[in-house]
Amino acid sequence: MRNKVAYLGVFLALALICSYVESLIPFYFGIPGVKLGLTNIVVVLMLYCVGTKEALAISVLRIVLAGFLFGNMFSILYSLAGGLLSFLIMVLLKRTGKLGVLPISVSGGVFHNVGQLVVAAAVVENYNIFYYMPVLLVAGIITGFLIGVAAQEMILRIGNRLK
Amino acid sequence: MKRVSRNDIIFLAVLAAVVAVVFLVFSVVGNKEDGAYVLVTIDGEEYGTYSLWQEQEVPIIQDGVTTNVLVIEDGFADMTEADCPDKLCVHQKAISKNNETIVCLPNKVVVQVMGSEESGFDSIAK
Repeated sequence: MRNKVAYLGVFLALALICSYVESLIPFYFGIPGVKLGLTNIVVVLMLYCVGTKEALAISVLRIVLAGFLFGNMFSILYSLAGGLLSFLIMVLLKRTGKLGVLPISVSGGVFHNVGQLVVAAAVVENYNIFYYMPVLLVAGIITGFLIGVAAQEMILRIGNRLK
Repeated sequence: MKRVSRNDIIFLAVLAAVVAVVFLVFSVVGNKEDGAYVLVTIDGEEYGTYSLWQEQEVPIIQDGVTTNVLVIEDGFADMTEADCPDKLCVHQKAISKNNETIVCLPNKVVVQVMGSEESGFDSIAK
């Protein structure tokens, strides 16, 4: 890819806009922490069309910047836990070379929620909040599926131009 | 390029099955009985216990500042005020069943419904 720095800047801007749009949507299910995860479209797209290192860099930068802009220190901590765990799982599954975009995005969604819940439980030192685990797992599957469908269409349609 | 391969479908089916099992296990283990009182903890330490059957408004004070307000009414406990910006705990529904919790992450406040006797889950978790 030519002009890599410029491209990465555009991707970071795109990820931040997704964060912002998401913070505008009153997308609330009565369970704290359930979000659509729009930025994961950008992360999955980059994972397939740009590269693992670049996707990780944008993912972490996005979380820190979005945390300062729209959240607080705690939202950075939870997002990082969820973001890094889901990223790790997605990379490992992608490395197997046997799975497509959809199952990888779904796994990312599920493990994002698992990571956040584990950190939340550690911070408040109360393990009864694992009570939310089943709901968060289902939410992760649904949001991961929707994000996966969107990401796959983008990869199929514009993926070649990004490489 | 095919959008969904056979492997993908198998993987998703297995994942869905695992989640369904977790869901079932939790709904069997988690008893849905009405609780007797709520336990409020801050940063893992007990702050106080309050009966669910006594109407009351509990201010949760940390370092001289009222960070959250818990209102108990008709067997339901509901967080009505929080000094954090996101207010996730305030948006959360009122709780009444055993082991249900309201969590305020920024203030590290956890409100948990307890039954009349300690359930098995608690003794393991502690």
